Amino acid sequence: MAKLLILGAGTAGTMTANLLRKALDASWSITVVDQDTEHHYQPGYLFIPFWMEPERVVKDCREFLPDGVEFVEAAIERVDPRAQQVHLADDRTLAYDWLVIATGTRPDPTLVEGMAEALAEHTTVHQFFTLEGATALKAALASFDSGRLLVHVSEMPIKCPVAPLEFAFLVEDHYRKRRLRHKVDITYVTPLDGAFTKPVASKELGGLLKDRSIRLAADFAVEKVDAQRKVLVAYDGRELPFDLLVTIPPNVGQQYVVDSGLGNDAGFIPVDKHTLRSVEHERIFVLGDASDIPTSKAGSVAHFAAEQFVGNFLAAIDGRSLPHSFDGHANCFVESGRGQALLLDFNYDTEPLKGTFPAGLIGPMKLLKPARVNHLGKLAFEQIYWNMLLPGRKLPVPNEMSMAGKHLPDAGEKE
Amino acid sequence: MPTNTINGRSFEVDEEGFFVNRDEWSEDLAKDLAPLIGIELDEEHLAPLRFMRDDAAASGVTPTLRRMQTVGGFDIKTLFALYPGKPAKKMSWLAGLRKPVGCV
Repeated sequence: MAKLLILGAGTAGTMTANLLRKALDASWSITVVDQDTEHHYQPGYLFIPFWMEPERVVKDCREFLPDGVEFVEAAIERVDPRAQQVHLADDRTLAYDWLVIATGTRPDPTLVEGMAEALAEHTTVHQFFTLEGATALKAALASFDSGRLLVHVSEMPIKCPVAPLEFAFLVEDHYRKRRLRHKVDITYVTPLDGAFTKPVASKELGGLLKDRSIRLAADFAVEKVDAQRKVLVAYDGRELPFDLLVTIPPNVGQQYVVDSGLGNDAGFIPVDKHTLRSVEHERIFVLGDASDIPTSKAGSVAHFAAEQFVGNFLAAIDGRSLPHSFDGHANCFVESGRGQALLLDFNYDTEPLKGTFPAGLIGPMKLLKPARVNHLGKLAFEQIYWNMLLPGRKLPVPNEMSMAGKHLPDAGEKE
Repeated sequence: MPTNTINGRSFEVDEEGFFVNRDEWSEDLAKDLAPLIGIELDEEHLAPLRFMRDDAAASGVTPTLRRMQTVGGFDIKTLFALYPGKPAKKMSWLAGLRKPVGCV
């Protein structure tokens, strides 16, 4: 019997298990390993500080794995690609013929001086990239009614790279609705040279922060968090004082990836960006955020990649060349506050453009422009995620990015 | 895409002046460009640029400051001293690479 082992029961791992169980016959065993049984709807973390109940984002991951897939609850200690074995923390060893790594990324605040200690206090420094962090931030926002609030990105790449910007817009809206906006000074702090860095997006959306009176601190390479003095310090000597700091710590790969010698300096696994096959080990594929592909770390990318991966995997186990080439397609709803959202659709080669997106269910959506329909799309996605995306059902969105409805910047289109 | 020419050498650039084709870069060209941002390219300034060139050739993307530190062995504060203000942006420009970007 051939053995497929999938590490991680998150978005990518669950989709892969569902898709491959359908595609592989009974001569294959499929085992999924995860350190716990909780599956979190991570896009919900953004809403928890404002209105979503924390319990709502958590379900049992085993509910979403199909019959014929074995689940092993254990922490992973090390992958031995030469012996084709995975060592678990409870001393068990699992052998594999083929390995799919889908253990994603995690925030690592220890990489910035003072950040981990400050976050642990849950007083003036918070994050929302974990369920615990998002829940604590909800309480912090409830009692914070005046002062300087920083929304801070430590460095790229991060999971869901637009989430901090969405948080800035939502927190602005939060204080506007509480009629405290004039007492809360909001600054968006980024290591990049602006909130929007791609030409069309920066032209279209560059004014959005200013319109909401959100300050921008760009090119800010953080050196340390000084929680005592309540300042964020940059390598160039700049200091930003805060009363509440909402930070996105550096995001890295899992420790076992590093310990196994599989990752790059940040713990992400180098793969061929078109096939997701490990550069070093041909029997390892990496799906979702755990790889080093140069596109957003996001569930939509994992989804588009996973469907193409199935054809490639079936070819790989037959020893054929891989037929599909993943284009890096990403599709993200970006909350912009005021009950609206933007929609982005892009890939490795095409930056987010203006135009319309032909979505099957609720009609054409506006790209790169705040609109109510996009916000409703984002809310509807929660049900799509649990009921269609994880089980590996076809979504009414093509896996490869399409230029239909998009406006090329050179077209001289006026609006 | 516009084309820039300096001292008889031409290269294609994007709207912000960053190189579009990595292969059109050379150290001599970088030495001509550096004074435009107030920098004289000596060996100390060139070392991080050479690392970035090699790293980007392998990975396809411009390395982050953290990667410059952990893989390249460069001290971030030193990079700030060599390229004051915006080292990530200045160094990518001088190395003929794309500036560090987000997804939007």
